[in-house]
Amino acid sequence: MSKIPRPKDFYAGLLFVAFGVFAIVLGRNYPLGTAARMGPGYFPRVLGILLIVLGAALSLIALRGRGPALPGWKWRPVSIVLGSVVAFGLALTHAGLVLSTIGLIVIASTASHEFRFRESLLSGVALAALSVGVFVIGLKLQLPIWPGSG
Amino acid sequence: MDLFGHLALGFGVALTPINLLYALVGALVGTLIGVLPGIGPVATIAMLLPTTYGLEPVSALIMLAGIYYGAQYGGSTTSILINMPGETSSAVTCLDGHQMALKGEAGAALAVAALGSFFAGCVATVAIAAFSPPLSSVALKFGPAEYCSLMVLGLIGAVVLAHGTLLKAVAMVVLGLLLGIVGTDVNSGMARFAFDIPELIDGIGVVAVAMGLFGFAEIVSNLENTDKRHVVAAKVKGLWLTGKQMRQAAPAVLRGTAIGSVLGLLPGGGAMLASFAAYSVEKKVAKDPSRFGKGAIEGVAGPESANNAGAQTSFIPLLTLGIPENAVMALMVGAMTIHNIQPGPQVMTSNPSLFWGLVASMWVGNLMLVVLNLPLIGVWIKLLQVPYRLLYPAILLFCGIGVYSTNNASLDVVMTAMFGFLGVVFVKLECEPAPLLLGFVLGPLMEENLRRAMLLSRGDPTVFLTRPISLAMLIAAAGLLLLIILPNFRKTRAAAFQEET
Repeated sequence: MSKIPRPKDFYAGLLFVAFGVFAIVLGRNYPLGTAARMGPGYFPRVLGILLIVLGAALSLIALRGRGPALPGWKWRPVSIVLGSVVAFGLALTHAGLVLSTIGLIVIASTASHEFRFRESLLSGVALAALSVGVFVIGLKLQLPIWPGSG
Repeated sequence: MDLFGHLALGFGVALTPINLLYALVGALVGTLIGVLPGIGPVATIAMLLPTTYGLEPVSALIMLAGIYYGAQYGGSTTSILINMPGETSSAVTCLDGHQMALKGEAGAALAVAALGSFFAGCVATVAIAAFSPPLSSVALKFGPAEYCSLMVLGLIGAVVLAHGTLLKAVAMVVLGLLLGIVGTDVNSGMARFAFDIPELIDGIGVVAVAMGLFGFAEIVSNLENTDKRHVVAAKVKGLWLTGKQMRQAAPAVLRGTAIGSVLGLLPGGGAMLASFAAYSVEKKVAKDPSRFGKGAIEGVAGPESANNAGAQTSFIPLLTLGIPENAVMALMVGAMTIHNIQPGPQVMTSNPSLFWGLVASMWVGNLMLVVLNLPLIGVWIKLLQVPYRLLYPAILLFCGIGVYSTNNASLDVVMTAMFGFLGVVFVKLECEPAPLLLGFVLGPLMEENLRRAMLLSRGDPTVFLTRPISLAMLIAAAGLLLLIILPNFRKTRAAAFQEET
């Protein structure tokens, strides 16, 4: 697929078309109503069609001219950063703020080229203490501190 | 009540100890994230939004506003000292600010940035106080058709001023509108695109969208860039200006303030655009343009005054019309909605102490910033030396806590991560996320007004063209679109954004 002159615009266009199709397919059973009395399906349908038209135009235009190539995709930082946050969100309810925080900091730190285990562990403990102090005691957010306390 | 009566009321609110404290917290947090490259006001405000639930609405807004203009002060410090923009709106300050630092004039550069910002902040505060009442009384006469056209104008404006392909930015707006209407339809009570997930029936949270697209995506991109940050903090001494420097800087401050105040009003405008425009103007009016890029003090004074003025006047459309014009203002809409305040012209009359308290707090916050900032520069330099490998996990943690505590729900965190993924894809495809966020916030409002306008006109779409105010706004929107197709304007627009890189 390296023949596409402007791959960034081309794939962005495809993405928009996909979102548009998605909106129309998912919303196919929402009542449309009339222009004077729009049903819940009217506005999403209009937006879906607009997205398809805009996306298609963007992709077509991208078949001409010249543009920068697509940058590489590195799975490591994406999956570690997002994964550690998801794990944190899922763990918080059961494991409490302290353990989840230490876990998040250590896991997230591995995404860096300069990962040092002991340093990240120390940082995790310090931040756990800080967040209990600021968020639970200071701002009185309803967060469980230890496992089972939520 | 006249202007002074209003301001007296406002200062009465802003000067209570608790609100002084929140203004201080906002200003300090703003400076902190302004100093640190890699985290901007959008992600920070999204992060702190949930923690404001328990506060009085006015205290919450005072703190969040402080973050935005505080970031404008902080951003200049990083630009001057390490030649790296702490904020995008301070990117042009690098050009001459860092050169001044290399010449041993770091103190003067920092001082002129702070004093210029303070002057601009004072003027912009007065501008908000003077222009808001007449604007909101006009806006109170708007019907649904006018509102609809106004939103179209606002969104188009945001798109024209965004960089990158026009079609892409328009598509981002439409995608934002679509994401905005996820959840229960207010008219029919029908849940749309909710997949029977209870959390989605209430709609997608603005915090999840903003934090994912702006916060997480930025961290991932930073981690992919392997080049290290070079902290070459020059010795800072003599935080003051000589008479000659003052004479050179003063007109630039005035021009920067004027440019910033006007550009802040435009949709899509705000701090960033203002600073770029002010720099080009300074370069144009200078007797000897070749000094620029080699440490011209005007090149610091102009943009730094402009970004602060622009940051503050961008509140005017939000407070008077209820239309956010940039990503930060979109989050302010979120903050007001959380506290059950519908942003719009009625805020000023139904909730005068909130409105005027917020305006007065901006002046108070600016005063705090100029007093505190210069002595604290040593602390900020220390902070810049914290390596990114320690910083980003902490940012992730605060994001995680912020999102989770919005509804105490794990699903919100998962959703934020999904938007983070989408954000990384957008970065790769060079799609700017700001138009999406604006569309997202305006989605439900636009649908509601479109429906009402069409109901009132019995399905006749010409209603948007027959009502004069609505027609004028649509013509303005079309004009903006035409402008961008013209090759000349295109070139200028490309050039204006080129200074950034």
